[in-house]
Amino acid sequence: MKLFVSEGNPHCLKVLAALQVSGVQCDVQYVNHDERVVPFLSRPALPALLLPSGLHLFSSNAICRYLFEVSGQDCSELCGQWLEWEATDLQPVLLQALHTAVLQGKGSEVSQVLKGSLNHLEQSLSKGNTPYLTGDAVSVADVVLWAALYPVLSDSSLALDERKCVKTWFDRGAATQSLQSAAQKVLQGKGLQGMKNYMQRQPAPQSSQCRDTQPCNSSPAEGEESERLVSEEEMAAAALTWSTGLSDGPSATNRQHPILPKEGKRNLLVTSALPYVNNVPHLGNIIGCVLSTDVFCRYGRLRDWNVLFVCGTDEYGTATENKAREEGLTPQEICDKYHAIHASIYKWFQIDFDYFGRTTTVKQKEIAQNIFWRLHEHGFLVEDTVEQLRCENCQRFLADRFVEGICPRCNYPEARGDQCDKCGHLINAVELREPQCKVCRQTPVIRSSKHLFLDLPKLESQLELWLNKSTSTGDWTANAKQITRSWLRDGLKPRCITRDLQWGIPVPHPDFKEKVFYVWFDAPIGYLSITANYTDKWEKWWKNPDQVELYNFMAKDNVPFHSVVFPCSLLGAQDNYTLVSHLVATEYLNYEDTKFSKSRGVGVFGDMAKDTGIPSDVWRFYLLYVRPEGQDSAFSWTDMATKNNSELLNNLGNFINRAGMFVTKFFDGCVPAMDLQQEDKKLLALVGWELQRYIQLMDKVKIRDALKHILNISRHGNQYIQVNEPWKKIKGGDTERQRAGTVTGVSVNIACLLSVMLFPYMPTVSQTIRDQLNAPESCMSTMLQGTGTFVCTLCTGHRIGAVSPLFQKLEVDQIEALKKRFGGQQPEDEPPQKKSTAQKAAGTQPATVPAPVAPAEVAAVNGVDPEKAKQLTQAVAEQGEKVRTLKAQKAEKAVVTAEVAILLDLKKQLALAEGKSPEPAPQKGKKK
Amino acid sequence: MALRELSSLEKYLGLKKPNKYSTQGDKKIPVLQNNNGPPLVGLVTIACHLVKEAKRPELLGDSAESRAVVQQWLEHRVTKLDGCTKEDMKTILKDLNLYLQDKVYLAGNQFTLADVFIYCGVHPLIVDLAVQEKEQYVNVTRWFDHIQHHLGLKHHLPPVVVLRNRIYTSRHH
Repeated sequence: MKLFVSEGNPHCLKVLAALQVSGVQCDVQYVNHDERVVPFLSRPALPALLLPSGLHLFSSNAICRYLFEVSGQDCSELCGQWLEWEATDLQPVLLQALHTAVLQGKGSEVSQVLKGSLNHLEQSLSKGNTPYLTGDAVSVADVVLWAALYPVLSDSSLALDERKCVKTWFDRGAATQSLQSAAQKVLQGKGLQGMKNYMQRQPAPQSSQCRDTQPCNSSPAEGEESERLVSEEEMAAAALTWSTGLSDGPSATNRQHPILPKEGKRNLLVTSALPYVNNVPHLGNIIGCVLSTDVFCRYGRLRDWNVLFVCGTDEYGTATENKAREEGLTPQEICDKYHAIHASIYKWFQIDFDYFGRTTTVKQKEIAQNIFWRLHEHGFLVEDTVEQLRCENCQRFLADRFVEGICPRCNYPEARGDQCDKCGHLINAVELREPQCKVCRQTPVIRSSKHLFLDLPKLESQLELWLNKSTSTGDWTANAKQITRSWLRDGLKPRCITRDLQWGIPVPHPDFKEKVFYVWFDAPIGYLSITANYTDKWEKWWKNPDQVELYNFMAKDNVPFHSVVFPCSLLGAQDNYTLVSHLVATEYLNYEDTKFSKSRGVGVFGDMAKDTGIPSDVWRFYLLYVRPEGQDSAFSWTDMATKNNSELLNNLGNFINRAGMFVTKFFDGCVPAMDLQQEDKKLLALVGWELQRYIQLMDKVKIRDALKHILNISRHGNQYIQVNEPWKKIKGGDTERQRAGTVTGVSVNIACLLSVMLFPYMPTVSQTIRDQLNAPESCMSTMLQGTGTFVCTLCTGHRIGAVSPLFQKLEVDQIEALKKRFGGQQPEDEPPQKKSTAQKAAGTQPATVPAPVAPAEVAAVNGVDPEKAKQLTQAVAEQGEKVRTLKAQKAEKAVVTAEVAILLDLKKQLALAEGKSPEPAPQKGKKK
Repeated sequence: MALRELSSLEKYLGLKKPNKYSTQGDKKIPVLQNNNGPPLVGLVTIACHLVKEAKRPELLGDSAESRAVVQQWLEHRVTKLDGCTKEDMKTILKDLNLYLQDKVYLAGNQFTLADVFIYCGVHPLIVDLAVQEKEQYVNVTRWFDHIQHHLGLKHHLPPVVVLRNRIYTSRHH
């Protein structure tokens, strides 16, 4: 028998105490929190008891009960009842109490959280009038409850007040040798803090007031599709709002530079991670930083917030030097060249920066050196020597990427200085055997070199204080919080801020003359210096934490630098810097289920997007539609075509176009009189609700989720037109004609609302719609105020402009051609699914190349064409996806049937090409 | 819900006189007024009491080990299964599927109260599964079908149709 426990886990306290009290002989093994001991559970579950039969027990109460039973003490009915109460009632509140006390540092709230449970305990004990829960002797129930409550009750900050019986009962248990020794083992004498590590890994408990996930088996789950019920009050309110008309709000489009913080406004300083200058950004980079940031800033300006959006290219560092050598240019020339490329790509994507700067400027040097001296004065820099490889021939220290040699572990001859490509191990460059300078192939020598380190451990407590505040009050994405927590959990180490390079900002300290700053130290300072290049009054933004909210946008790999390292630099500089309030990190965007790779030519890069002939707005729409928000996502050409054709063309574009066309064709281009009926008011309420959701989500930077609500509105609109058939009613009598007028008028006003909501996502299309509708400029600022107000902006008699279609269909052959051109197809020699297995095989047996799948055998069968089969497999998969998408969108039956017919035909061809009988083969399992 | 579960358990156990239950709190925890002592509170506690009353102790396990295993699954039901989210659901079914790979019943080769409890707990999840998903959790489905046809066990829950012949091949991606 063996008991597995981990330190700091409160459940382990229970079983260790029970083990002591019961006196059962059992091995105890300490493991990590994440260790998966129980083979059939996919999440780590500790404590766990391995029974003699080989079975595992994974519930702490069952383990305690078992230990007692083995020692001859059966569990009575009352005892069982306490255990059930402990598991179902006490544990949820205890978890919450520990969460508030240990992670949020709010020990004072613990007694409030536990109030109900402790009162129950007090009542039971006083009524029973026995020293222990189930009578005059200790039972497993006492041990389990003592141990469960021990961490919070033994903490002096929690007074039991008048709960005398609980106090007497608990003190009796806490005094026992068994409980004390179990507590010592689990908490390590650190009290509540001993559980910090454990608690950080637990999902945050849901407090009973704000349960946002519906239990799935309590009631029939409500699908998102199901119709929302609209109450009379909602309808009346929506109609009232509608009738208020335009307000004379400030015009959102008038921006006066330089933008500076204003009293009484929400002042947002928004940054997008600085793209590294030596490469062309790919779609993943674009969605991860500048595009997401742009959408949020455009939205913020519509909300009448005072927004400043700065970004620029990050230009210093080894990679630039390297690129310069490759292209035979100086680093400065490389920076100039690529800075221009970046700027033109972002211009094409309509990224509306207030200022797009760069890091190779005088301001950058001034500010970086100033922060450096301040850190130095306050004693946050420490000196240490580092062993490094130096190439005497090239006269320079070699950055990790500039060294190659034999891997000390697997003997792979071309291991890089930071990592071996073969065995994947992280390498310290000096460990390489037979190292070579990658540039001149000479053997470098080991030299020790003195460097400066930022003393992160010294700043850790200050950082944690600030982080607790910022993450609890600001909108940090879940991944940002989690990555930050894991960095803190592992403990901070001093970080080297200097490098032996030329292309960088010189370290101003006389002892480190030949050195420059490490890019991670000075790159985020770029945000400050770029702002300084924008306006001399930059300190009004950057040294103004009370008035300014700072938003940082980035992909998740950049999180630690923005949440831990850079804040430490600024905190240590002690100059009242504005620190990040909202950290928005995306996950990764893959390219057709593989990674973007410049070297393999896989994926679409910023400069190529415009060559596709697909408008910038459509690119923006699709990238935002698949924004990796909360989880990784993938760019797929077929999906892009589907989304363009179904969402933009058939849904959004169709609705807006129809609404405008009705006004033009039936009412001579003037908005007709509207007499709102119940049905219209219901629609106004539905649209108003979608608008409110859109605003709630956008305020929280849920950009992808908010987009869905725009599309919902046009769906409602299409349905409304479809049901009311204004094109028929216009030919009827007066009442019918009036009805046609109302429906048209309401529809065209919804189209106007859509143009405003679309503005952050598709600025050009938004402008086109407003031009076509001849919409007043003030509609932009009116509708997104407060929680959202859908007002009638195009009143009766308003003359609209010329209406024309907004979107174009993306044809299959067009998409296929693009897919080929950008290497979207998997490497020619392997069908997509086999690839991963091939890689796995290569990983375990590096020496052997996976043999091709017996081509001779396949070719022997009559009429078989493996090449064609591959193409067909791909086609079948795509067509299948198309059918599924159509079905999911509840497309018209005829359309679906037609596509299914194509699918079946393709499958038949595939079967022939594979040499199988073309009878309907067993269907492939659906990918879940 | 819990009350209907208890009364169908009573029928299965052949208890003559149906008990009267009440509930307490927001979570509607069942309470059984007990003539000989204080009331019994909680689904697991009451169910174990009924089993003892019916003199069917083997339903709680016939060895210390199997008793512990039964208790563990009873607890699993009321702490993890009840009120689980859609996300949890997948993990729960996946784990259960792996666990049941080499077992006829939850406590091995013998039918116990744990089977009844977990059956009732996963029923709402299983009802919503598509055919392909049922085949994904093939061991759970097999066990589930077995329990719903268990001799003498008359459930308050509607039977779920399980196909015996696999219509999707087991090719994985």
